[in-house]
Amino acid sequence: MAEVLFFIAGIGAVAGAIGVIALRNPFYSVLALVCHLVSLAMLFLLLRAEFVAAAQVVVYAGAVMVLYVFVVAYVGGQDEPLGPRAGGGLRVVAVLFGAVLFVELCIATLGSGLKAIGSDGAPPEAGFGSPERIGELLLTKFLLPFEVASFLLLIAAVGAVTLARRRGGLTAAEDQARYSAMEFLRPADTGTMAEGVGDRSPAPLVEPRPAPREELR
Amino acid sequence: MAIGWYLAVSALIFAIGAGGVLTRRSPLVILLCLELMLNAANLALIAFSRMHGNSDGQIFAIIVMVVAACEVTVGLGLIVAMYRRRVPINVDGLRELQG
Repeated sequence: MAEVLFFIAGIGAVAGAIGVIALRNPFYSVLALVCHLVSLAMLFLLLRAEFVAAAQVVVYAGAVMVLYVFVVAYVGGQDEPLGPRAGGGLRVVAVLFGAVLFVELCIATLGSGLKAIGSDGAPPEAGFGSPERIGELLLTKFLLPFEVASFLLLIAAVGAVTLARRRGGLTAAEDQARYSAMEFLRPADTGTMAEGVGDRSPAPLVEPRPAPREELR
Repeated sequence: MAIGWYLAVSALIFAIGAGGVLTRRSPLVILLCLELMLNAANLALIAFSRMHGNSDGQIFAIIVMVVAACEVTVGLGLIVAMYRRRVPINVDGLRELQG
């Protein structure tokens, strides 16, 4: 049973990953990544990491992907041509690099001589992967990484607001909403020198209301 | 299932993500490929955690998820700022730094 589930989830994860890099429209890439993340959560469940699987689905496939969808919709996910501009050479090199990286990672992990790699894993400790155990570890053994991660989140939120705020100064309407102290000291439109030089704009003239047009008879 | 299978899947996903970063040109998709690579690392961490029967590796995975969320926030903020400045959303078109 576990084997069948592993192959279903593994094929789903790999197919989602291929969909992310092979689909032309960024919107479909995001949807493929959601499929990939859900399959990955299934793999986490097979590894008995229940809390991480739940967090993966809720935080990643839920919140982060919604953020992606919003930005794709805002920027306008236009189709891009898939081939690199400099011809097919770059793509061939990239595929070659990916294959070499895969072989190297397999050698590094599977050929590492760890005896437990071929087994199903050591018998798990009590409460392995449960929210109680994760919370206990986060607040005792890993308290410092926990606090640093919270600071990192705060810094990222401030950075995102700073990056995405509007630039280019104030608009005219906001400029007019700013008052200077002079306007309260002296009433405007009294013929002062500042008004004559143009430093201080006189009060806007009240436009005479246009005379009502005579009705045609 | 043996732990080695999970590690092989993790290596495959990481390689796909690295290939995607090299071939795609839209910064949005490059960010998605970075997510792929981070998730591959997460899968390896959790597989090793299961191998030892110890929950510590899952804490690592959760911290990686936090870092990934921060990276997404800042990266998407950069993309929105690029869009506001009418810079083309294309990494080949970003030549202000003479890269």
